[in-house]
Amino acid sequence: MTLQELKEKLSLNILTEGGQLDRQVTGGYVSDLLSDVMANAKEGDVWITLQTHLNIVAVASLKGISGIIIVNGRRPDDETLRKASEEGIPILGTDETAFEISGRIYKILNDA
Amino acid sequence: MGIKETIEGSFHIIGGDFSRAGEASTEIKTLLQSLGISKEIVRRAAIATFEAEMNIIIYTPAGILRYEITPERIRIIAEDMGPGIEDIELAMQEGYSTAPEWVRELGWGSGMGLPNMKKNSDEFRIDSVVGEGTTVEMIIYLDKSENKN
Repeated sequence: MTLQELKEKLSLNILTEGGQLDRQVTGGYVSDLLSDVMANAKEGDVWITLQTHLNIVAVASLKGISGIIIVNGRRPDDETLRKASEEGIPILGTDETAFEISGRIYKILNDA
Repeated sequence: MGIKETIEGSFHIIGGDFSRAGEASTEIKTLLQSLGISKEIVRRAAIATFEAEMNIIIYTPAGILRYEITPERIRIIAEDMGPGIEDIELAMQEGYSTAPEWVRELGWGSGMGLPNMKKNSDEFRIDSVVGEGTTVEMIIYLDKSENKN
């Protein structure tokens, strides 16, 4: 499943420019603790979080995260979006909660 | 590209500069990848290095992150200018943290940094003097994983 397909199925908003939406999503990880993501997320995971500050980009980039989904309608600051575009890490947004969006992604990935 | 001789370098890290967090680790990760080191070793080194880099940024005024790569191992040394750790045993416990509230709100300071560093190293040493600083040394052996990328 590509990030583009996931975006369409879930009506996610793409917040970064020129993102690589052809990336494969192989799983997901939900956490707002950055060291937890460093320790436990896997390469190819989509990362679901409410954190919006700059450091999420470095964590995602180091871990080989396929994309970041920001929940609860939160919007990252411009600095985060600029950095993410630079690093080629797509950031997507949803008004849903982490619970709702994770449940839907889990189902989609398992049915795929 | 393989490793024929010792490759070393260092990064100066400024405390409190969250905007540059991850730069040193990313450079080290890219270097390790370019040397053809296995994915699993690169993954462990990246986690250990990033946590060391973050600790300097979160807790200290400044520090140096040094690396040394030989055909046998990766050695990372993080040396900072203080404040030092009072109780190292406590600091090594998962979940224990002295981070202030604003740092926790950013998702840092969950008490996983030092344990993550230890878990991902084959050898881990930490020395700290209160009022002077902390030095962490981590060694990861290269021959543990045979799966090259």
